Amino acid sequence: MSALPKTFQDWFAAKGWSIHPHQQKMLDRADVPALLLIAPTGGGKTLSGFLPTLIDLADGTHEGMHTLYISPLKALAADIQRNLTTPVEEMRLPITIGARTGDTTQTQRKRQRADPPHIFLTTPESLALLVSYEDAPRMFRGLKRVVIDEIHALAESKRGDQMMLALARLNAICPNLKRVGLSATVEDPAAIAHFMARHPDPCEILMADPGPAPDIQMLRTEEAPPWSGGGAAYAIPAVLEQIKQHKTTLIFHNTRAQAEIFFHNLWLANEDSLPIGIHHGSLDREQRTRVEAAMVRGDLRAIVCTGSLDLGIDWGDVDLVIQIGAPKNVKRLVQRIGRANHRYNAPSKALLVPANRFEVVECVAALDAVLAGELDGDPRGHGPRDVLCQHILITACAGPFDADDLYAEFTSAGAYSALSRADFDACLDFCATGGYALRAYDKWKRLIQRPDGLWQLRDPRAARNIRMNIGTIQDTDTLKVRMRRNRGGKPLGEIEEGFAATLTPGDTFLIGGQIVKYEGLREMTVEVSRDAAKKPKIATFAGTKFATSTQLSARVQQMFTQESWPELPAHTADWLHLQREVSQLPQPGRLLIESFPHDGREQTVVYGFAGRNGMQTLGLLLTKRMEELGLHPLGFVATDYATLIWGLDAVTDPAPLFDLTALQEGLETWLAGNAVMKRTFRASATIAGLIERNSPQARKSGRQATFSSDILYDTLHRYDPDHLVLQITREEALRGLVDFSRIEEMVERVENRIDHRQLTRVTPLAAPLFLEMGRVPVKGEAEERLLAEEAARLMETSGLAQITPAPSDKPKWRMGY
Amino acid sequence: MNAHDFNLASTALKALNSGALWVPDRALLCVSDLHLGKSERILRRGGSPLPPYETRDTLTRLAADLASTQARTVICLGDSFDDLGAAQALPEEEKQWITRLQAGRQWIWVEGNHDPGPIDMGGTHLAEYVDTPLIFRHIAEVGAIGEISGHYHPKVRLALRGRVISRPAFLFDQNRLIMPAYGTYTGGLDSRSPVFHPLMRPDACAVLTGRTAMAVPMPR
Repeated sequence: MSALPKTFQDWFAAKGWSIHPHQQKMLDRADVPALLLIAPTGGGKTLSGFLPTLIDLADGTHEGMHTLYISPLKALAADIQRNLTTPVEEMRLPITIGARTGDTTQTQRKRQRADPPHIFLTTPESLALLVSYEDAPRMFRGLKRVVIDEIHALAESKRGDQMMLALARLNAICPNLKRVGLSATVEDPAAIAHFMARHPDPCEILMADPGPAPDIQMLRTEEAPPWSGGGAAYAIPAVLEQIKQHKTTLIFHNTRAQAEIFFHNLWLANEDSLPIGIHHGSLDREQRTRVEAAMVRGDLRAIVCTGSLDLGIDWGDVDLVIQIGAPKNVKRLVQRIGRANHRYNAPSKALLVPANRFEVVECVAALDAVLAGELDGDPRGHGPRDVLCQHILITACAGPFDADDLYAEFTSAGAYSALSRADFDACLDFCATGGYALRAYDKWKRLIQRPDGLWQLRDPRAARNIRMNIGTIQDTDTLKVRMRRNRGGKPLGEIEEGFAATLTPGDTFLIGGQIVKYEGLREMTVEVSRDAAKKPKIATFAGTKFATSTQLSARVQQMFTQESWPELPAHTADWLHLQREVSQLPQPGRLLIESFPHDGREQTVVYGFAGRNGMQTLGLLLTKRMEELGLHPLGFVATDYATLIWGLDAVTDPAPLFDLTALQEGLETWLAGNAVMKRTFRASATIAGLIERNSPQARKSGRQATFSSDILYDTLHRYDPDHLVLQITREEALRGLVDFSRIEEMVERVENRIDHRQLTRVTPLAAPLFLEMGRVPVKGEAEERLLAEEAARLMETSGLAQITPAPSDKPKWRMGY
Repeated sequence: MNAHDFNLASTALKALNSGALWVPDRALLCVSDLHLGKSERILRRGGSPLPPYETRDTLTRLAADLASTQARTVICLGDSFDDLGAAQALPEEEKQWITRLQAGRQWIWVEGNHDPGPIDMGGTHLAEYVDTPLIFRHIAEVGAIGEISGHYHPKVRLALRGRVISRPAFLFDQNRLIMPAYGTYTGGLDSRSPVFHPLMRPDACAVLTGRTAMAVPMPR
């Protein structure tokens, strides 16, 4: 057992602390090549990661960078810097600490490259950028340890893949580099260990005591939640009451827009003027920092926030977490609850606030899952190849490379350990040529092989462009929002470009909790002025819409089999009873379909329980099948549980719609022209370097980028359907936005057990679907039919039908010769 | 293929759903604003690179129209090339394709504002083409009669019970016809634009292109 040096013992004693068992174990194993710690929040996780570093650096002999810390959030890096400074100053250790994120100034960056601090805090994107510099070997010389915080969050996205590739690079520069991963509770620790290991070296797993079970309940209100929507405005008085009863409350929302609206309503009802702040990723950095600082000082009674506060930031005395809206995913809920009561060995306290009637059921199901200790999650796939392409370019920026060495380096990263040489070569070829269909363009021929066999950038000036486009985060395109002043007013935050396009001068919207008036657009900046209006035109910057996990959906379906629901509030139980009376509830292993006329259209509701993305895809595929069968569908809308389709003709026999082979065939052709695919393509093409979002001249507006990416997609699809980026797009879409796997799972689960109910009017369970946002129109025969009707009507009413010869009524017209 | 039939200067015309105009009595096919070589020009001018396949796409559609109509005369109504440089830079393959399409027919290039001069390609080059009572020119002139022109790339937006569609369209009244752009990647000008006010009579009609050629009163 490694003993704690005297200075540290004294410091612990002065604080009245004793070293946690897992902190000691981490210290004992400081020399293993890779170590993963799984501990609940508040377990002194960060200190356990840094303790070996601090001890190693205490004698002041180390030169250059010693420990690299990577966190998924800028805010987290800033927070860790604060937290590390305390012990370093109090023990007077000769240690320098520096952070680099997208927010670091140019001067600081230069200094950091010239004279790196002992402990260097950064994000995966900044690390990738640093690795792309020619002087990377000098900057990282002497590096001994890398600490990856919140690795469970990084492992879920491409950011993690990029990070592990960058680490593989670092390991090539510093062969003895040790890796430490810090993770919250996850369902499959071995998967994360595989992800972070440097293959073939192993990665040990250390499990800390999970601590006591959380105290978690659903907020029960007098007033019933509304039928649809995610605002939960009905619960404002009850939430305010909770804030008053607790010291500090975190109020989590699933999307930014919901957080803004809720915050606004909360302030309107906040008669005691309790100090309440807002924090989300669209806010300006200055504003976020201010809220973070106020929170650390303990000045705030509550923070309304989104996933930007989701990770292990040490917020001190949070004693209540409120989740607005169903959590969609049990694992994320548990990790969020971990925010409350940041003391080890004290139970966390949390409240769930369903935003609508269906979410009441989902919240109760989620509570059951937490009590049963069941976490959800899907197994991680292979590392995506678009990230690989980007990393090949990053490597080339740093200098010439040997393809065999690079292949070996890449396969040392867990996600790419199964990467075949053929796949690697295809990526390299794409970077070098752009692919067959694009061979005419020099712009996409970025690498050349030198006579000595090494690969290098064809044009060294391309390095600048490549560096400007590093990263895997694909946010919706946003525009900065500023107060209108003579020159450069106060920055407020960002809104989506699509939302900005809908604004006309004089429109009001919410940002950072205040209502502002749109004045105009100047050089990609939205200019606004303060406005005293009470009701804003709502901000729609959407944030992420999560899909309900398979496991949670199954629990909800199981609940529907119950005779009665004593655990549900009366308003929700009555609703389910009514549904059972007029139609029926969806049953596990069966598929309920309801058809009825409403609103002058024929409506069909499919209760597929395949998650939002899956149900969206099902909507697209079913409307395609209906088009083939001549049912004239007009559009659909999807939720996590059901898809509502409306059209001109009624569905009388749903069975032919659900033939899996036909659906799969439909998928193939449909994938071609589909907007979801184009969106996925745009993301993958940007990551792989086919499209550049940023250029030294000017930032492309999102619309321009969309235009050229859609054209690229169509071109590649027509002339080079096996293009690497199209292959990547297909893979991505099938497991991400398209989520076809969940539809397959649904069709297999149901087989031919379809319950089709033909009814005369809307059913209770279907009613909320009519209020859902995000309706998708279907372009097809129905549109032609509507157009023909409208054209006939217009010609008739205008009297023009009598003047000009009527359109030829034969639809097929051919020349006679 | 389908068409909307109408008369201009006592001549029977067919507005094809593809965006081409067919004059059956003269076996004449007219297309406007092909903008061949557009992506090449955008790139040459420092814009974002678009894949260079739009020329082939335009020519594929033109070849299909020629095959089904067996036209004896073809009029390209100006802006056939995105600029004179684009005409020069057209890949050999595509130049040959155009030559094949021209074989055995009279081919007339009417000048446009993008291609205001003779180009190095077969066919007749004219500022305007008169085939009484019809006159073909690139930009419409106020007061003209029997005039067929292009230039504006007209589009029509229509609201159909809660959804809006926008399609390239022919605009015609008893005096003139304005053709939609035939080229791939060409934008459009809404028929509601004041530009059309002095040109089109109040009783003007629009023919939407797309799956079906569909006539509506011109929205303004």
